[in-house]
Amino acid sequence: MAYAAGVDVGSTQTKAVILDEHRRIVARALIDTGANVVAAAENAYVEALRNSGLEEQQVEYVVGTGYGRYRVTFGNTQVTEISCHGRGAVHVFPATRTVLDMGGQDTKAIRVSPAGEIHDFCMNDKCAAGTGRFLGAAAAALEIPLGDLGSTALTAQKPVRISTTCTVFAESEVLSWLGKGKAIEDILLGVHQSIGSRSIGLLRRVGVEEQLTFTGGVARNVGMVHVLNESLGLQVNVSEDSHYMGAIGAALFALDYVLGSRVPLRAGEAAT
Amino acid sequence: MASEAQQVEEIVGRGTRDGARLFREWFDGLSGVSEQSGQAAYVFVMGSLAEVLRVFDLPMVFPEIHSLQTAVRRVALEYLNQAEDYGYSPDICGYVKADFALQLRQGEHPMGRIPKPTLAVITNACNTYIKWAEIWERMYHIPVFTLDVPGTRAAGGQSWPGQPEFENDRRYVSAQLTELIALCEQMTGKKFNIDRLREVMGHTNELIRGWRRVLELNQSSPAVFNAVTDGTVYLGVANAMRGTPEGGRYFTKLVEEMEFKSAKGLGTLAEERHRLIFVGVPCYPIFRRFSEMFTEWGGIFVNSTYLWFASGGANLGFEYDLNRPLESLAEGVLISVRHAMDSMFFQDRALIDMVGAYKVDGIVFHPIKSCRTTSTGQADTRRSLLQATDIPSLFIESDMMDKRVVSEAQLKNRIDAFFEGLNARKLQQAAN
Repeated sequence: MAYAAGVDVGSTQTKAVILDEHRRIVARALIDTGANVVAAAENAYVEALRNSGLEEQQVEYVVGTGYGRYRVTFGNTQVTEISCHGRGAVHVFPATRTVLDMGGQDTKAIRVSPAGEIHDFCMNDKCAAGTGRFLGAAAAALEIPLGDLGSTALTAQKPVRISTTCTVFAESEVLSWLGKGKAIEDILLGVHQSIGSRSIGLLRRVGVEEQLTFTGGVARNVGMVHVLNESLGLQVNVSEDSHYMGAIGAALFALDYVLGSRVPLRAGEAAT
Repeated sequence: MASEAQQVEEIVGRGTRDGARLFREWFDGLSGVSEQSGQAAYVFVMGSLAEVLRVFDLPMVFPEIHSLQTAVRRVALEYLNQAEDYGYSPDICGYVKADFALQLRQGEHPMGRIPKPTLAVITNACNTYIKWAEIWERMYHIPVFTLDVPGTRAAGGQSWPGQPEFENDRRYVSAQLTELIALCEQMTGKKFNIDRLREVMGHTNELIRGWRRVLELNQSSPAVFNAVTDGTVYLGVANAMRGTPEGGRYFTKLVEEMEFKSAKGLGTLAEERHRLIFVGVPCYPIFRRFSEMFTEWGGIFVNSTYLWFASGGANLGFEYDLNRPLESLAEGVLISVRHAMDSMFFQDRALIDMVGAYKVDGIVFHPIKSCRTTSTGQADTRRSLLQATDIPSLFIESDMMDKRVVSEAQLKNRIDAFFEGLNARKLQQAAN
């Protein structure tokens, strides 16, 4: 049996996935990225290997992705997370034509072909508004664990309208709503709606085509899934592995190398 | 007789070498004017009216060019900060702020010393030109001549020679040029000489003929020059040397170089994989690196809208009729400046037409924070292209001057993903 791995080094968390030659997930690992990106990539990969029970030499190819992809020093090549999320989403939900990936500091809207190739994409620019970091700032201000944000937001009766788009100012706006006596859940749903609105703006730029698959760490947030479903008027696909979608895509590209199929993506192969 | 290797050595790269030399000499000349407190006309790339000014031997200063040179030479931030410390907003055009700081520094520039303006000649091709010139007007109490170029500013809606609307517009421009000539006579004490104008226009014709041909020659595969890097050098000469014998000769020799490269199949990359068009103004703060992020993937820019609008529409190839110089000058200004404006606002048709001729694989849109004029319509153009063709495009944002809003990591991520998509597409096409 042949194996390949993908390591997705994100701004907040690092994910590793190992696939067998039948494209089945045999192991996953997730750790906080922290300050040492190289160590985070290694640790996530080692943990995935441990979880798989495989020896390192059994994994024939490793693709790094995410902002830290060039820090996956043991990797064989790198592919952007834009391509990896597209590939991963189409693998898990084959009818996917649009992908929304919401991570710690990036939100990406991606339009894909049936084969998982990128047709178009759009990202937030030089600003963390509309990303997971915005939710993190609100969670800190309201002293609610990140994992409870979505479920708490879903109990809201009268969501407030969050006007700031700046993550730095989000905390002060949340506090000002608290000062006005607004319920925490109403503020939280307002925060989710604000982020949802920014993300939908990105989606509209590339064109929303069904099915839409929601990936990245924030896809685990049920409140955000609800806001997207309501605002877009459709049911977005969310996988148990949404958080790992970039790593799954990277592992699929790695498997292409292992299986000798056509490999379109070789970052940095100098032509000059 | 020279061997082929010697020929290659001599000809290939001559345009960039000579261009750099001419640029240095031009700046040296401006430093000389500054030292002698001589007269200098501040003009802009879209409608410089060089033909009139050269008749009166008025040295020309292009503030857009000296501003962008501060970014290329990595000192722009000092100038921008100085202007912002004075009170200019971070949201104002970076060219304006760098030039304003340069004025505060008595013309100090990394390439020499820029003389103060004694006259400013502007057009309405860019709305910032008008407010920019008002700064000099107040600082130096100089005359500002504003040429109002009439146009519908609607794609396909322009009038052309022979039509009554065009004749009205031409007369309007002609009357304004007569006023400019009178102003120059008054300022310089020189009488206007129509034969000298004819001579200058002849040099411009040679330059424009060459410029148009050079752009056409990049239909060759591999491309004979990179429209963003090499093209910007050629563009600088096209503006600064317009109406001079050196400018005309430069472009005649540049055509020779490009024809030689085209005939020999000499490109600029070891392996050309993706032919691209660039839309917008380059990212000067990381000019080389920006280009490398594309060439690393075998991407070459075969054309650029920058070479259209920033040459004042010279790419259209309008040549003056020297038998009726004044009338033809008005026609040329009208047609070319309108074309420059359309190249900023209504590029979609031209881009679509270019895809086949230049064998284009993708289009890169580069809106910039500093310049609303060139950036605002890009989202519309991209949408229009998406509807009309299946040509892949990339939309990346940075700035032409301000490194504070240029994120190299974010740019690279998007550029890498774009090429990954292009590669996947090519493999898919090959498989089909």
